[in-house]
Amino acid sequence: MSTAAELAVGFETDLLELHARKRAERTSLPLRTDEDVVHLRKHVRERAVGIGLSLVDQTKLITAASELARNTIKYGGGGAVHLDKLADGLRQGVGLVFVDTGPGIPDLELALRDGYTTGGGLGLGLGGSKRLVDEFEIDTRPGEGTAIAVVKWKR
Amino acid sequence: MTTKDNASRISQLIQDHQAEIGSQWISQLEALTVRGTASAKEQLRTHCQQFLAAFAQAARGGELENIEHRSWDEVRDLLSEISSTRAKNGSSPSETATFVFSLKQPLFSQLTAGFAGDAEALAGASWAVSSLLDKLGLYTIEVFQKAKDQIIVRQQQELLELSTPVVKLWNGILALPLIGTLDSARTQVVMENILQKIVDTGAMIAIIDITGVPMVDTLVAQHLMKTIAAARLMGADCIISGIRPQIAQTIVHLGVNLEDVITKATLADAFLVALERTGASITIKN
Amino acid sequence: MERIPILRMGDLLLVTIQVDMHDRLAMTLQDDLTERIVRDNAKGVLIDISALDLVDSFIGRMISNTAAMARVLDAQTVVVGMQPAVAITLVELGLTLHGVKTALNVEKGMALLGKNLNR
Repeated sequence: MSTAAELAVGFETDLLELHARKRAERTSLPLRTDEDVVHLRKHVRERAVGIGLSLVDQTKLITAASELARNTIKYGGGGAVHLDKLADGLRQGVGLVFVDTGPGIPDLELALRDGYTTGGGLGLGLGGSKRLVDEFEIDTRPGEGTAIAVVKWKR
Repeated sequence: MTTKDNASRISQLIQDHQAEIGSQWISQLEALTVRGTASAKEQLRTHCQQFLAAFAQAARGGELENIEHRSWDEVRDLLSEISSTRAKNGSSPSETATFVFSLKQPLFSQLTAGFAGDAEALAGASWAVSSLLDKLGLYTIEVFQKAKDQIIVRQQQELLELSTPVVKLWNGILALPLIGTLDSARTQVVMENILQKIVDTGAMIAIIDITGVPMVDTLVAQHLMKTIAAARLMGADCIISGIRPQIAQTIVHLGVNLEDVITKATLADAFLVALERTGASITIKN
Repeated sequence: MERIPILRMGDLLLVTIQVDMHDRLAMTLQDDLTERIVRDNAKGVLIDISALDLVDSFIGRMISNTAAMARVLDAQTVVVGMQPAVAITLVELGLTLHGVKTALNVEKGMALLGKNLNR
């Protein structure tokens, strides 16, 4: 397992510290190959089960993670994901921050709209993923890269 | 006189006169409580004795202000136990707090006797004991509240389970009468249950009857639509029945699109449609 | 290379997906199925996903595409055993699996295929 520093992707973003104060633990994983996506799914599943998310919420979170991971690889040219265990005294949550130094998303509004696609099928799937999680933040700069942070809290 | 000295003096006083303080306290409490079986009185006596002993022990630790301090662990545990028991027995929170507060008078009597001649020390000790018992009394109320909350949560869960009964009307046809007001969170849970029951029974059609639902808002309507979409993805279908005029109005008003969904006014009508869809029919014999 | 096994029962092909598929494996399955439909002159394809606790847009697309290609090759596809949590997630994701027939289990799936093929 690499440290966050080793996986520093070179895209500076505040989203990496979105819930810094509530963060109990951070695991960083590379996102370059198909297997990395499968690997991430397993980790997210473990975390989700660990904080007691319901089965439906687990499924939603892992699906969102899978979608966003794939985007990072296919459209971002590969990058990294940081998997956080969050706790703010009242509730627990799982946070994910996807980072890449790809071309960025030129028209964010378009990308968030359902059905948007650049390459056949569902394309980026950002709108869909957004609906699967409780918090969804995106920081993208054309030519520099993209960071997407999502959180799912235990109900 | 330092707090520590005060504390050990108070502690000593209590231990020396434990029986006296105890019986005064108990008679006060017995006078206050109207109901009382013999066993309840016995339990009260036991609680009082246990508390006094633990109190004296804890006071010896020297800490008279912070009841979260570990010297008071045993006292807090005891109070938790007493408070939870009373919550379950139906006592009121003030009755439970009174258990602690009514110790003040017997204690003050002892303090007055024990600190006789030293007015300043007596004032200091009285104040310390008073605020200490206040904190412990409030603690019992907190614990009481938590115990009540847990009972409520458990009841809510049981209610939730009761409100999603499943009726197998016929082979492959389920009826799921929804009862009560549906808020967003509850609706999601109910919908997940419906889908799981479809899988468990292998039903082809689930009739969701909302006769028992007084009001439907946008969120609930959306959840219903999503549930039907999910059921279809899984290979089953849903019919909504029991739509009353007011709900029909609300649905149209909200602009919810029900074109895709079969809706019937009564469960009976829905059942007939379901039968047809599963290739069955009812014959009336003369 | 790992592959997902495809069973043949008469003119039906049966696939049971039991692993967490990575994208390449999913594409391989799609190719294999298309090839087998032609080779075995299959008229029906049954995809059992009852062991899948996750279906994302890629796998969803794979299933849709497979069904579409099967149709072109004159074969019917039925997907069976979708778990409730998966169904709820797909609805939220906005994935409709248009043109794909579904059934609750293998038995019902076979019945559906049989009905549509006029057996």
